[in-house]
Amino acid sequence: MFLQQLINGIALGSVYSLIALGYTMVYGIITLINFAHGEIFMVGAFIGLLLVSYFKCNIFVAIIGAMIFCMIMGVLIELIAYRALRKSSRLSALISAIGVSIFLSSLALMVFGADAKGFPDTAFPVNQIHIGDADISTLQILIIGVSAVLMLGLEFIVQKTKIGKAMRATSEDYNTSALMGINVNRVISFTFALGSALAAAGGVLVGVLFNAVSFNMGLMAGLKAFAAAVLGGIGSIPGAMLGGLLLGVSEVFGVAIGYSSYRDAIAFSILVLVLLVKPTGLLGQKITKKV
Amino acid sequence: MGTYLQSLVAMVDPYLMQILVNVGIAIVLALGLNVIVGLTGQLSLGHAAFMSIGAFASAMITIKTGLPFSLNLVLTGVVTALVAAIIGFPILRLTGDYLAICTLGFAEIVKVFFLNFEPTNKALGLTVPAAKTMIPMPIYVLLVAIIAIVLVTFVQSSRFGRALKAIREDEIAAEAMGINTTRYKIQAFALGSFMAGVGGGLYAHFLSYINPSDFGFLKSVDILSMVVLGGLGSVPGTVIGSSVLASAPEFLRFMSQYRMLVYGALLVFLMVFRPNGLLGGVNFMDLCLRAIGKKPAGVALKQKK
Repeated sequence: MFLQQLINGIALGSVYSLIALGYTMVYGIITLINFAHGEIFMVGAFIGLLLVSYFKCNIFVAIIGAMIFCMIMGVLIELIAYRALRKSSRLSALISAIGVSIFLSSLALMVFGADAKGFPDTAFPVNQIHIGDADISTLQILIIGVSAVLMLGLEFIVQKTKIGKAMRATSEDYNTSALMGINVNRVISFTFALGSALAAAGGVLVGVLFNAVSFNMGLMAGLKAFAAAVLGGIGSIPGAMLGGLLLGVSEVFGVAIGYSSYRDAIAFSILVLVLLVKPTGLLGQKITKKV
Repeated sequence: MGTYLQSLVAMVDPYLMQILVNVGIAIVLALGLNVIVGLTGQLSLGHAAFMSIGAFASAMITIKTGLPFSLNLVLTGVVTALVAAIIGFPILRLTGDYLAICTLGFAEIVKVFFLNFEPTNKALGLTVPAAKTMIPMPIYVLLVAIIAIVLVTFVQSSRFGRALKAIREDEIAAEAMGINTTRYKIQAFALGSFMAGVGGGLYAHFLSYINPSDFGFLKSVDILSMVVLGGLGSVPGTVIGSSVLASAPEFLRFMSQYRMLVYGALLVFLMVFRPNGLLGGVNFMDLCLRAIGKKPAGVALKQKK
C-alpha cells in the first residue's frame, strides 16, 4: 500500500517537477512569475495528442514534437509579451503574463472545444509489473523515465555547456553578465525555450497518465507547479525537482488517506506551512537585505 | 423614499444597470486591493479569498439573523478584516513573490474549505435572500463605491497612508525612520480585506447566489489586473481600471466566442504600451489644482519608476 502510493506519488511529482523547472529557471533569470507557463504545458499536451491521434506518431515522437513546438511558442511569447516590459515594474510583466495565459486558454477552447479529450489506447501499451505487493505500470515507468532523462539533460546543459554557464551568470547578476559580453537576450530566449520544452513534455505525459487533455488543465497544474518551485526555493533548479516530487507524493498520500475532496488544498497547505518555517523555500538562498 | 428610489432605478435600462452595479462592486474590491498592492507594495494574489469570506459571511448573517443590510455589511467587513489580520500576522513576514504565492495558496485553501463546508451547502453554493434594506441594491452599491473612493482617498494622504507608501518605497528605510512595518502591513492588509469583504457581501446580495468556485484564482487575477491596469496606488486610476475591465467583457460581447481571446490580448497590449497603467504616476489632485489654476501648469508629471 505504502510502496504503491509512493510510486504513484513519484510519477505525479516528477511531472510537477518538469513544469516547476520552467518556472524556476525563468524566475531565476528575469524574476518574472511566468503565469503563461501552465498554458504552455496545456498546449504541449494538445500538440502531443494531435501528433498521436491524427498523425499516428509514436509517443516519443509526439513528446519531441510537442517540445519543439512549445520551444518556439515560449520564445515568441517572451519576445511579444515580456521583452518590452523588462525594464518596467515587475507587476506589469506579471499582468502581461496573465493576459497571455487567458489568451492561450481561450484559444485552446476555441480550437479544440470545451470537452476533455483522451489519448487513443494504442498510444502507449499499459502493462502492470508487480514489485512485491505494489504494481507499477509501464506508463509510470515511462513518466518517471522520461522526466529523469529530461532533468539529467537539463542539468548537463546548465552545468556543462557554454550557454548553461551564461544562464547561471545571468541569473547571478543580470547587468554584470551583460557587461561581460553575454548576449542576455539570447540567454533569456534560450531559458524560455528550455522551460517550455520541459513543460510540453510534462503536458504530454500528464495527458497520457490521466487520459484527459482539456483547455483548462493548465491553470491548476501551473499553480501547483509554481507552488512546487517556491517550495523548493524559487530560482533553484534542484529545489524545483525536490519541491515537485514532495508535492506529488504528499498529494497522493493525502488522497489515499481519504482527503480526496481537499486534494487541491493539500499542496498549498504544505507550501504555506513550509514558507512559515523557512521563508525562502527548502533549498532557496537566504535573501540578504541591502540598504 | 424607498419607492421613489425604486422608480428611479427602474428608469435606467436593466442591462446597463447591471453593468453599472458590476462596475461599482469591482471598484470596491479593486480599491481594497489597491491599498495592499498599490499603497503598501505587498503583492497579494488571493484577494478573491477575502471576497468569498465576505460573501459567505454576509449571506449567513442575512439567513441566520436578518440584521439590517448596513449593519450586516459592517459586520461582514469586520469579520473579513479579522481573518485577514490573523492570516496576515504570520505571512506578512514573507516578502515579494513568496508572499504572493502564500496568498495564492491561502486563496485556494479557502476555496476548497468552502467547497467542503456543510453550512454553506458545499459545492452546491448558497442562495442568498434579498438584502434587508429600503434602498434598492444598485443605488446601495453605488453609495458604497463612493464611500470607498472617499475613504481610500483620505487614507492615502493620511499619516497612515504615508507610512504605507514609505514601506512600499523602501521597507528598511521605513523601519529605520521608526515605522512599525509589521503593524502597518497588517493594518493595510486588514483594511484592504475589509473592503473585499464588503464587496463580497454586495456581490452575494446582488447576484443572490454564490458558489465557492466563483472565487477562484481567476477572480483574484481579475481584481489585480484592474489595479495594475489603472495604475498602482492611484485612486482615480483604480476606478478607471475597474470600470474598463468590469465592463469590457460586456462591450466585447458582440465578438461572442472571441471575447476572452481579445480580453487576454488586450491585457498584454495595454501593459506593453502603458507599463505603468493607464493613470500610473498621475496625481489626480495635482491635475485638479492645475485645472483651477492653483498650481502652475506644465510641470512634468512625476514619473514613478
